[in-house]
Amino acid sequence: MNVNANANFAQDNPMSQFLRMERMPHIWCPGCGIGIVVTAFAEAIKKSGLDLDKVAIVSGIGCTGRTAGYVKLDSFHSTHGRAIPLATGLKLANPEMKVVVFSGDGDLTGIGGNHFIHAARRNMDLTVVCVNNFTYGMTGGQVTPTTPHTANASTTPFGNYEYPFSLPFLADACGATYVARWTSLHARQISASIKEALNHRGFSFIEVIAPCTTLYQRRNRLGDGLDALEYYQNDAEIVHDIDTRLVDIDYQGKIKVGKFVHKEKPTYLDNVNQHYANVLGDEYQLYGKTTPEREAEAKAKAEAEAAAKGAV
Amino acid sequence: MRKVKADPKGVLEGPHFMDGDHALAEGALAAGCRFFAGYPITPSTETAERFAERCPEAGGLFIQMEDEIASIAALIGGAWGGQKVMTVTSGPGFSLMMENLGLACMTETPMVIANVQRGGPSTGLPTLTAQQEMMQARWGSHGDYRVIALVPDSPQECFDLAIEAFNLSETYRVPVLIMTDETVGHMHEKVVIPPADKIEVVERNWYTGPKGEYKPYKFGDKNYMPGPMVKVGDGHRFHITGLVHDERGYPQATVEAGKINITHIIEKIDSNRDKIVRFEADQLDDAEVVVVSYGITSRIAIKAVMDARKQGIKTGNFRMITAWPFPEKQIREIASKVKAIVVPEINYGQMVMEVERLAAGKCKVVSVNSTGGAVHDPKEILAAIKEARS
Ligand SMILES: Cc1ncc(C[n+]2csc(CCOP(=O)(O)OP(=O)(O)O)c2C)c(N)n1
Ligand code: SF4
Ligand SMILES: [Mg+2]
Repeated sequence: MNVNANANFAQDNPMSQFLRMERMPHIWCPGCGIGIVVTAFAEAIKKSGLDLDKVAIVSGIGCTGRTAGYVKLDSFHSTHGRAIPLATGLKLANPEMKVVVFSGDGDLTGIGGNHFIHAARRNMDLTVVCVNNFTYGMTGGQVTPTTPHTANASTTPFGNYEYPFSLPFLADACGATYVARWTSLHARQISASIKEALNHRGFSFIEVIAPCTTLYQRRNRLGDGLDALEYYQNDAEIVHDIDTRLVDIDYQGKIKVGKFVHKEKPTYLDNVNQHYANVLGDEYQLYGKTTPEREAEAKAKAEAEAAAKGAV
Repeated sequence: MRKVKADPKGVLEGPHFMDGDHALAEGALAAGCRFFAGYPITPSTETAERFAERCPEAGGLFIQMEDEIASIAALIGGAWGGQKVMTVTSGPGFSLMMENLGLACMTETPMVIANVQRGGPSTGLPTLTAQQEMMQARWGSHGDYRVIALVPDSPQECFDLAIEAFNLSETYRVPVLIMTDETVGHMHEKVVIPPADKIEVVERNWYTGPKGEYKPYKFGDKNYMPGPMVKVGDGHRFHITGLVHDERGYPQATVEAGKINITHIIEKIDSNRDKIVRFEADQLDDAEVVVVSYGITSRIAIKAVMDARKQGIKTGNFRMITAWPFPEKQIREIASKVKAIVVPEINYGQMVMEVERLAAGKCKVVSVNSTGGAVHDPKEILAAIKEARS
């Protein structure tokens, strides 16, 4: 192989604007699906036209949770399961930020499940990306709340006898206003969904089914990363707008993917402001407005008052 | 540290008749806190309720989270979002906060957590007083770390120490705990709130350097003082983690990095102990016996000390205002001069262990403990003083 010793791989990498190249190499295994989702996320942010300074990422703990440490944004690697409440605090303290939560299935729906359902219920303006590899990757392949019935995991060595969550259904039932699911085969669609979610006001949830090659794939004798992609190729079916009650995943069964929910509803902060403005009237100063927004509002109000005077 | 006058928007100037819980909320607002995330629990709920009620006019935000784990996580987000942040809780909720208290220490995130202590363990005595989390305040989260803990003895001091707590948390970039109790929390007394221009507030130490050069931490500076902070959205693209990290905030899984990181978060408190520790001492000069107490118990102790003096026993009084860092120097000095130290607490003997450690056998140390639920009878303390002297 002809290696150019002078090449500056880090700088030349198309992702270098987006990644902390000084932290490479990353910890993820060969064939792991997480990297595809991170790349799709980078593409989405690039295409969204958002100012990168105004996007923050929060992760919990896990292989997926390491994402926050590699992405060149204001980034928080928090505690296991607590990414959503930390992100909630960030968003509410600084509403002009776009806050993205990027974490694993165990993190978001096992230990962090309570936060997940409540952030969805509040329609908190967060974009939540869940890499669902059906396992606790970082701790060595234990069963999670999404492991399909009968699949093998290190703590269900004779197969999983629990029922798994269907995450799009859970998110939808709890009040999420944007819900999509893809597999790591659908790189472009993941990216398009994340972009759409970033521009959506409210709780948006994107589940990406992705292989944990080292643990889930191997323990279940499902082959490597390529075999996983082949499975997705054969068994993922795009059905937009399908009723989320119908998107369960059986072990190595069909995977319904697509955009399932996309609706407008006031966010948590919209409601705070609307409600206080209704109850308290003019006395209430809207919370979380940026200075230009406040100035524009004050100007509009002054103009309206002047116009009203003129009319008399 | 840059000190400024309080923002009048949060200052409810004037004399009030108020309980300790409400005074905590007023102190927080006066200190510039505009973000509060909490979960209801007796006997602390009134602080959250007061904050929620005052929020719209003060321009703040209150959110009732789904639990205490979420509450403290939201504070970490809120602080890095640029706000001064607070929560309040009691025993069971305090236990739930422990993991993220460690994250706050590790990420050097300023915040104030009040624990209005009630009887434990478990659900314990929800409506009755206690001082049973004094050691948990110090050791409750896993790993080696330091916090600051203050112990008010009155509603007025709840107000005053809430401001102090915010000032200390900004100065040292550390969570500050206000370890009050049900009695102080629910007792109504006169609370005088000074005008805003008489309240000194420590501003966050904001980074002012160029973009691209910001490091979230500064280790091993003079007296281990922490570096400046930024907030999200300012374009510094910083990273923070609960993993052992370097000054850039990047994880470093080495013994050496751990040594630098952990030494820093410990020494920034320990090596500034003299600047942080506050106490009140009375009649120590000729004392043979000294009563060391804190919070509501110190108000009972005063009666016992006065009665002992009346009976001719030279007794002194030492009230801790800072429980952590512990007033080591002061207790060591007292121990070297007196016959005995008496330590009444509404627990089975917690801070007395620190007193014993520092007395190091130089004087007798007598614990006047209880299983919680009620303040002491001054006679119990008096009896201990008498016995200790003999
Ligand atoms: C409170 C707590 N409990 C347990 C752990 C151990 N732990 C670390 S990562 C992890 C599982 C992560 O699984 P998932 O969220 O699915 O992420 P993945 O590694 O699969 O990407 C666990 C259980 C922890 N860090 N904190
Ligand atoms: S253990 Fe699994 S999830 Fe973790 S990096 Fe390896 S393949 Fe990916
Ligand atoms: Mg997982």
